[in-house]
Amino acid sequence: MDFKVTIVVTLKPSVLDPQGTTVTEALHHMGYNNVSDVRMGKFMEVSVQASSEKAAEQQAHEICKKLLVNPVIETYRLTIKPAQEAAV
Amino acid sequence: MIKFGVVMFPGSNCDHDCFYAVQQFFSDQVDFIWHKSTDVHGYDCIVLPGGFSYGDYLRTGAIARFSPVMSEVKKFASAGKPVIGICNGFQILLESGLLPGAMLRNTSLRFICKYVHIKPVNFSTPFSKGLKKNEAIHIPVAHGEGNYYIDDEGLKKLQKNNQIVFQYCNERGIVSDDFNPNGSVANIAGICNEAGNVLGMMPHPERCCDPMLGSSDGKRIFESLLQSLNQRQTV
Repeated sequence: MDFKVTIVVTLKPSVLDPQGTTVTEALHHMGYNNVSDVRMGKFMEVSVQASSEKAAEQQAHEICKKLLVNPVIETYRLTIKPAQEAAV
Repeated sequence: MIKFGVVMFPGSNCDHDCFYAVQQFFSDQVDFIWHKSTDVHGYDCIVLPGGFSYGDYLRTGAIARFSPVMSEVKKFASAGKPVIGICNGFQILLESGLLPGAMLRNTSLRFICKYVHIKPVNFSTPFSKGLKKNEAIHIPVAHGEGNYYIDDEGLKKLQKNNQIVFQYCNERGIVSDDFNPNGSVANIAGICNEAGNVLGMMPHPERCCDPMLGSSDGKRIFESLLQSLNQRQTV
């Protein structure tokens, strides 16, 4: 079965995000003084072929831990859907 | 004769500078090692040069760490032989777990390319044995992500094991936030592993060996290394 995994990677809350801070400041300069705490991150989509949703999910976590995410500074969350459903 | 190997990853761009500096000033024995090679036999020191391996895609150094040569570099390092990662090489050492911590974007919001001063604070590694206390090494940095991060617990461990090798300072060797170019924790410019044979540093010693380039302070780091290796060979 084909699955579509979507992964969101962000810096851990304890880690300073210079990019996010800069974007926050830019928004303040534009007059959006009610917005704060912009945190930049990464969005990834991965197609996975697996025997079950559980197997796909397990593998998705594995590749996150091995390559897609650096646990020293980053954290992630993922969602998984059958590919057909995801395409709709 | 001490034999150096300079690893070339796709996107490395300081490989030739490292090769030049070594060949010109320290040893006739220097080779490039293509990242797909799995043979690092016969080398006394491996250099992971600066640049943008794999275009810095995903994270700096994140993909290079899976290059075939890196499993050999790990074995080389665990045998106690010296490995120096400069700039992107440092980032690769962090991603590969040979050194602790990670790199973030500079707090200064820009790619920094300038001369800075660094102070050696550990004199027990082969790279820093020959350096003097309170000397300020004049050396260039060139990076967008040189903001070294480690959590409080990790920092304590680094300090306890004497793994901080270089700190950003001023020309008189004073370490303070004012002379921290990128936001690094504890002004860290370079660290080593617990055994002391793996060094990662953001500044570029290979770019300041030839006096024609404005400083030859970088030589001091290579000279220290050569001295240590020569001593080891004669023992």
